[in-house]
Amino acid sequence: MTSIAEETAPVTRRKRRWEVLPYWLILPTVVYLGLFFVWPMIQSFGLALRDETGGWSFSAFRTMVDDAAFGEAMSFTFLLILVIVPIQFVLAFGMALLLNAKLRGAGIFLYIFLLPLAISDLAAGIAWSAIFTERGYLNTILEGVGVIDQPHIFLDPTSRTQQVMAVATAEIWRSTTFMMVILFAGLQAIPRDYVEAAEVFGAGFLQRVRHVIMPMLKPSIQVAILLRLIFAFEVFAVVIALTGSGATVLAAEAYKWQATNQNEHVAAAYSVVILGLSLAAAAVVLVVLRTPRERRLR
Amino acid sequence: MSTGNDHDHNLSPWDESFDRRSALVKAGGVGAVLALGGLAGASRATAGPAQNAGKVTAFFGQFGTIAEQEAIRKTILKGFKGDVDAVFAPLGTNVFVDRVRAEAKAGKGNIDLLIGLHGDFVTFQNEGLLRGLDTVTKQITTLPAPLVKIGKLGTKTQFYVPHSQATYVMVANKDVLKYMPKGANIDALTYGQVFAWAKAIRKGTGQSRFGLPGSDTGLLHRFTQGFLIPSFTGGFVTGFRSKEAVQAWTYMRQLWQFTHPQSVTYAFMQEPLLSGEVLLAWDHVARLKTALDQRPDDLVAFPVPKGPKARAYMPVIVGLGVPKNAPNPSGANALIKHLTTLSSQAQVLSLLGFFPVVRGQLSKRLSPGLLAEAAAVRKQQKAKDAVQALLPIGLAAEGANFNKVYQDTFRRIVRNNENIQTVLKEQGDLLQAIFEKTGAPCWAPDPPSGKNPCRVK
Repeated sequence: MTSIAEETAPVTRRKRRWEVLPYWLILPTVVYLGLFFVWPMIQSFGLALRDETGGWSFSAFRTMVDDAAFGEAMSFTFLLILVIVPIQFVLAFGMALLLNAKLRGAGIFLYIFLLPLAISDLAAGIAWSAIFTERGYLNTILEGVGVIDQPHIFLDPTSRTQQVMAVATAEIWRSTTFMMVILFAGLQAIPRDYVEAAEVFGAGFLQRVRHVIMPMLKPSIQVAILLRLIFAFEVFAVVIALTGSGATVLAAEAYKWQATNQNEHVAAAYSVVILGLSLAAAAVVLVVLRTPRERRLR
Repeated sequence: MSTGNDHDHNLSPWDESFDRRSALVKAGGVGAVLALGGLAGASRATAGPAQNAGKVTAFFGQFGTIAEQEAIRKTILKGFKGDVDAVFAPLGTNVFVDRVRAEAKAGKGNIDLLIGLHGDFVTFQNEGLLRGLDTVTKQITTLPAPLVKIGKLGTKTQFYVPHSQATYVMVANKDVLKYMPKGANIDALTYGQVFAWAKAIRKGTGQSRFGLPGSDTGLLHRFTQGFLIPSFTGGFVTGFRSKEAVQAWTYMRQLWQFTHPQSVTYAFMQEPLLSGEVLLAWDHVARLKTALDQRPDDLVAFPVPKGPKARAYMPVIVGLGVPKNAPNPSGANALIKHLTTLSSQAQVLSLLGFFPVVRGQLSKRLSPGLLAEAAAVRKQQKAKDAVQALLPIGLAAEGANFNKVYQDTFRRIVRNNENIQTVLKEQGDLLQAIFEKTGAPCWAPDPPSGKNPCRVK
């Protein structure tokens, strides 16, 4: 017994050291996240659940729910997500496939696709408002080619459809590449053998996408949709630039309560709502798009 | 937080309401006359002291847009002998008041000079944060007595030195003058005539071309607060739920039908006026200036309309004050002298669109657009039926919530078409809560409420 123990002792010690190492490596990240994410999050919960006198209370939530803008902000946020995320996914997937086809000049596509990512969301919103405004680029072009005789008002606050279309166009233009980059990375990780094998057995392009690529890409799709949904709850600058006070979203209300109305409690209540919705959305995506361990690529 | 203490009594705007009001009108007239007079020899005006004033931190509660900041840093402060650190409070926030309070609380001040609104100084003085400025004010001989008196805030001590003034006017593109109702005088319009005009413009051009600055950074709430409601009800607060207020909001709802739909995205009306999206508009003079500067031949500026009770308008007075714990008060005094020289005042007018307060001759280099704007301001101030609706006083941090009441009332009645009486009832309760919390008494043109908080009837 003793001799065996003596022999294995250095091995287990070395093994244990290896087991501990990863924890040391992620320690800086954990400290960083704790300091700059978890702690502020706890603080914002604290703010949301206190009133101006410092006592515990739901008054901030009550003010938020009773406010004229709350319902509108909630419904517009969801409407945008329902419109933007599916369209963006289809576009991003198409763009990723195009790049992955390794056509001649695919590199140029990549640069073109990446351009909007380098532009801040507010700048993108302002650029699109210059396009959509009544005397803007779009009307000038449409009038120039004779499609319309008099400028059309695209940013009409009485038309929810037009507001959604304007914001969705700007958001899709701005952030589809973000999804594409994740999907493109996923596509590159799929071994060519699978696709080639399917081709040999006579699968057409759509069949290959449907039965080979999509299932193998599922983990990447999950990450892309997850991140996009979380960002969608935070959309803010584009909406303000394009709709002014004509429409509002949750993040914009949080900002207004903090900056304009100077009420950090209600602002924090909004941020807690945004956090809750993001977590719920993340949970749904994780469950619906789960890939069983045995089907994962290694 | 300001409460209804004894100080309030001394400083309340109604103490000498008649005096103050006539003083404001006279002073305003002086400024506009100056602007019209053409100011030769501006550059030869009395300069600041010859010695270097050292480091002076100037904290601006006004002029916060990027273009304004640049004009102040690069031109207006340039001739000053000293090292000015210009700090600007972010737009649409209460940082200006908060920081001055925080420095007073901390016991160590960094700010030497405050550039803020009349109402800001009322708040500061209520809390005892300001230094007396009698000596420096006496040294500036070009200030008109009525405005100097306003800067005493109803006391015997000078608490701020008047710096510049502004208000809101209307602007029309000359193309739509033909749609103005027959028999209407453009310098003495009524709210009814403006409505008929906006309607005729829509009929004539096929599109609603009347515009209001309704985005989150626009000043539409000032239109309802300081123009529409007082013109119909005679006050801000007391008549908030009155029959006349219901009439005013019904009017607003109808006018909105003929208002350009993109109004909810406009912050500064000069832009849609220049692009031609809007042909008839209302806004702050500084936010119309670029349009009048660039197209003086196509645009015309004129006074705001008159309602059943009055031709109410909101005057804006910017003043210069020194906090009690300023590290370099003599530097601040030197900067006050610099900012009240004729040349500096002329720069403020041409770059920022705020009118001068000092007496003297302005140079003829003023653009025709500014001269037109100055003429409209003067007509508005001199109109016999004009009533000044002052910016909120004594609300401090609640000022934002005060604005929110008017913004939400607008959103619910005009945009969401909710029942007017219900909305006025609910928003009136919120308005009352603000006054209960701050203890702020009524200010002009609402009738005085003594030391008691203003009351929504």
